[in-house]
Amino acid sequence: MSFPWANQYAPTTEFGRWMDEKLPVPRLVYNSLGAGYPTPRNLNYMWNFGSLAGIFLVVQIVTGIILAMHYAANANIAFDSVEHIMRDVNSGWMIRYAHANGASFFFIAIYLHIGRGLFYGSYKAPREMIWLLGVVIYLLAMATAFMGYVLPWGQMSFWGAKVITGLFEAIPLVGKPIQELLLGGFAPDNAALNRFFSLHYLLPFVIAGVIILHIWALHIPGSNNPTGVDVKGPQDTVPFHPYYTAKDGWTLGVALIFFTMVMFFLPNALGHADNYIPANPLSTPAHIVPEWYFWPWYAILRAFTVDFLFIPAKLLGVLAMFSAILVWFFLPWLDRSPVRSGMFRPKFKIFFGILVIDVLVLGYCGGAPAEEPFVMISQFAGAYYFAHFLIILPLLSRLEKPEPLPNSITESVTGQPLKTAS
Amino acid sequence: MATVETADTAVAEESGVRRRDFINIAAVSFAGAGAVATVFPLVNQMNPSADVLALASVDVDISAIERGQAIKILWRKQPVFVRNLTDKEIGEANAVNISTLRDPQTLAERTKVGKENWLITLGVCTHLGCVPLGAAEGENKGEFGGYFCPCHGSSYDTAARIRKGPAPRNLDVPDYEFLSDTVVKIG
Repeated sequence: MSFPWANQYAPTTEFGRWMDEKLPVPRLVYNSLGAGYPTPRNLNYMWNFGSLAGIFLVVQIVTGIILAMHYAANANIAFDSVEHIMRDVNSGWMIRYAHANGASFFFIAIYLHIGRGLFYGSYKAPREMIWLLGVVIYLLAMATAFMGYVLPWGQMSFWGAKVITGLFEAIPLVGKPIQELLLGGFAPDNAALNRFFSLHYLLPFVIAGVIILHIWALHIPGSNNPTGVDVKGPQDTVPFHPYYTAKDGWTLGVALIFFTMVMFFLPNALGHADNYIPANPLSTPAHIVPEWYFWPWYAILRAFTVDFLFIPAKLLGVLAMFSAILVWFFLPWLDRSPVRSGMFRPKFKIFFGILVIDVLVLGYCGGAPAEEPFVMISQFAGAYYFAHFLIILPLLSRLEKPEPLPNSITESVTGQPLKTAS
Repeated sequence: MATVETADTAVAEESGVRRRDFINIAAVSFAGAGAVATVFPLVNQMNPSADVLALASVDVDISAIERGQAIKILWRKQPVFVRNLTDKEIGEANAVNISTLRDPQTLAERTKVGKENWLITLGVCTHLGCVPLGAAEGENKGEFGGYFCPCHGSSYDTAARIRKGPAPRNLDVPDYEFLSDTVVKIG
């Protein structure tokens, strides 16, 4: 962090000085998470979900490595090995439930984190790269979660793998060969299961790597804040430690209470009972839906029911689904309003609220059966989703008159003008 | 930052302990206890699972083993030698002065009362865990007529006691009991 008033790392022990010359890891920690990282003093609780998502990633990696000690990635015994974990391995049931529900909690944290960024304009200059890396993390997380869901080799695993790889079949000309390449066969079987296991183990570490870039990119301009106003002096900031370590720790405690509640008392509430039936290539479950965190995108996929011109409906659905997330990559250049925070954008505030409701509606439709009225609602909600990013945001940037911004973070907090340091 | 300590400094100067010190210690202790409670199952999962423990005992039919023969069976994924000693082998084992042994034990201590001809030991060399030869017909029984470990040359006598070579102990005798004259439960 380049603020001139950031605390400088000064080792206090002989060993500390020796270490600092050779391998300055303590300096790195101090500058990134310690008192050497000045953070805006007015961050609200919406700023706590990035660290929370990071902690749930660690939960997933730790429990995942443990599950891999007992799991067998072989189509003949994968299902039984999961039951072995549930029944025979010491605390195996707990570790598996922690892993299965940890994914949901990771996505809860990540969605709140994304929503925070959308509302407070955290994707705007100079933080575009942080946002872009965040979208990459989200895409990687979705791929990881999907492949993880295939591993128990139950009915939903098998048919999830079949449906999702079927998306690639929609690509003209090369679709079928690509699907066969991904699966290593004509339908999900041992080859697919093995590569999914391998990649499911690999990708979380790739995510961790991109998170390092994400945080690195963050530490160059420093954190955004609820006013969206730039930090102007030392009075606008407090050191990350102890202020935000303590605050993040408190949120973590609350999150872990909810996490353990779900883990111990509602462990299958977010799953599908059909996945306790071994994979059967001859019978599709009556109601096949992905995990809840994919529902909005799944609704967009299913919203396309008729061919348009020469483009088949199947391809349109796939393109729309991927575009729904890829459009985020263009967000910093679609929303040209110079005001970052939605707090000072009266019209944006309303449209942001509508977008949140829209995504919730899409999510509900994505989890519902593929029948009316849900298909029609998905079509309208999906159209609005794209309109928000491609039409409403660019227009708002031009037409909206933002409210006056506070002169400084300190002024917005205390009502007193910022005294510039002498 | 200057604002960090100001509120508490006055109190701190009087008593030396601030409310915040207590909160810090309480919070970190609570988190520490939680961390230990979490780590325990995460490590304990590596212990033998229920299906492994369920195979921890086996019943062996020994009726077909003639005097002088031995069989190898699998118990907890390890070989166990069940050997029906001849009178000559029993005599050789009893003739040894046990004070000269590395791991002093009599044959009687290594067998059940009235069943001194049944020598039941793990087939795992106490040196580094290889399976000694001598249980099957025609295998090298070593210079003391019991078992011989080909890995590092440990020789065991007819009571499976270590007599020569690097192994530190006699072949281990597992817990077992005779359910009848012809069935032994090992484990």
